[in-house]
Amino acid sequence: MAEVTAPLAQPLASGARRQASGAPLLAGALSALYLGVVVLAPLVALAFAAAGDRRAFWEATTNPEAVASIELTLAVSAVVVAIDVAAGTAIAWVLTRDEFRGRRLVDALVDLPLALPTIVAGLTLLALYGPRGGLGVNVAFTRAGIVLALLFVTLPFVVRTVQPVLGEIDRELEEAAASLGAGRLATFRRVVLPAIVPAILSGVALAFARAIGEFGAVVLISGNLPFKTEVASVYVFGRLNAGDRAGAAAISMLLLALSFATLLLVAALRRRVTRHER
Amino acid sequence: MIAVEGVHKRFGDFVALHDVSIRVEKGSLTALLGPSGSGKSTLLRVIAGLERPDSGRVAIGGVDVTARPPQERGIGFVFQHYAAFKHMTVAENVAFGLRIRRRPRAEIRARVAELLALVQLEGLADRYPAQLSGGQRQRMGLARALAVEPQVLLLDEPFGALDARVRRDLRAWLRRLHDETHTTTIIVTHDQEEAMEVADEVVLMRRGRVEQIGSPRELYERPASEFVLTFIGPVSRVAGAWARPHDVEIRLAPDGADEEAMVERIVHLGFEVRVELVDREGERLTAQLTRDEAEELELARGDVVWLRARRLARPVGGEPGHGSNGHVR
Repeated sequence: MAEVTAPLAQPLASGARRQASGAPLLAGALSALYLGVVVLAPLVALAFAAAGDRRAFWEATTNPEAVASIELTLAVSAVVVAIDVAAGTAIAWVLTRDEFRGRRLVDALVDLPLALPTIVAGLTLLALYGPRGGLGVNVAFTRAGIVLALLFVTLPFVVRTVQPVLGEIDRELEEAAASLGAGRLATFRRVVLPAIVPAILSGVALAFARAIGEFGAVVLISGNLPFKTEVASVYVFGRLNAGDRAGAAAISMLLLALSFATLLLVAALRRRVTRHER
Repeated sequence: MIAVEGVHKRFGDFVALHDVSIRVEKGSLTALLGPSGSGKSTLLRVIAGLERPDSGRVAIGGVDVTARPPQERGIGFVFQHYAAFKHMTVAENVAFGLRIRRRPRAEIRARVAELLALVQLEGLADRYPAQLSGGQRQRMGLARALAVEPQVLLLDEPFGALDARVRRDLRAWLRRLHDETHTTTIIVTHDQEEAMEVADEVVLMRRGRVEQIGSPRELYERPASEFVLTFIGPVSRVAGAWARPHDVEIRLAPDGADEEAMVERIVHLGFEVRVELVDREGERLTAQLTRDEAEELELARGDVVWLRARRLARPVGGEPGHGSNGHVR
């Protein structure tokens, strides 16, 4: 607010101020253009491709195999995100609160799933947990396999959103809770958790969006059995291979809408839990 | 009520507390006073159980609590930077300790209302800490600590983050509150004026040791060491001896005087006038006169005058840092 009202309050200080208020305008225009080309244009093109023929769109999205793949994708993603929240928060806690040898190595390791091409991750998981895996656990072509693959690629999101917030929490808050009689668990639940919930929600949004759309890590280990282990992204790929561009676009559009709805929902939740800051 | 015996505490190479023993009477208000790094906050945190001593014992209400966590010590703690739970309203903050103790809702509601009235925050029960001023947040912190009816109330530089005016008001208010509730209270401060004004008993600390324990008046009138003398209230050095500024007499003639000095600055404080001087060795000193005395002398900057100490301020017995058990009476 202050920046907006300042030029009105001081109409005489012209030169520098006009420049100062002009620069954000240019930056805004550039950002809009960039977002338009990189994000919006492909989305609009996709929407046109999907909406070209309403009946085709309807048929494509009500096809039982398509519906099954989307249901599977959502269910599996929900499970994965729930595990991410628990494991990610725990890992973030250990990384910020505990001093141990090799902490920095573990810290670096968390980002590895982001750095690795996902198809490589898929291959590795298949080699490790597949029919000839070294661990004697075979989850290839099962839903558990899909969960495992998605856990691998979404691990960093919750860790990396929670970790800095956890590091910033004033330790005196925990001491205050202790002085008022709260044990470790009560302190975590009533004092620490509310402070990191917004960060957890951000992590959830990122992880969920990633899980819905993941292709590379899943395609090998899932086996893509229709109605059983075929996720939406792989189904879209299959439609394309079968020459059904309209069908592929329709399912893609649906996935896009779901991702967007998730982001909006999470943003609304975040606003709710941070209302005390305003 | 509180007995600390032979407590040592180190942080790495830094000795924060060295063989510290103090006793705090039930219902008293005691100040832990000292410069930064003197160990006063560490001592308070050891009493609270937020810091574990390397050796020594802490007893509260006759019970050895050395091995007990803060949850089981019956304390209330107030932090310099409030440590407000930001996602809770004022009422929820105050209710925190009671909810942890699973008290009935009706009781909690009544107790919170009572406490908010006590700290004069009645109308702000549903606000969030972000919507309060610093002084209001600290009063909330105090209500939150008092809610659990602690045996002992511990305040760590509670007014240190507030501006001077609010600090003075809250200080007087804390003293009145203590006179009403009679909760045994320890307040940590680096401000000797604050300690003198608010406390019954002052524990003056220096470099991890107790320098002197006594009432504000005892510390001022019977300082156990030169450190106490110079830390409690202003002093000037007249001809090599300490004197309080109001005991420094300014004369226009040399006879009977101790030392020659030049007037550097004259500060009018209302009823009193502070004259800042510099002697032949270049050492600065001050004399405090009434306005009438100052007018009679017709002092001006650059005047050469003669000083006499009407009364000397001397430490009584003991060497600096003479020990930690020193109740000087």
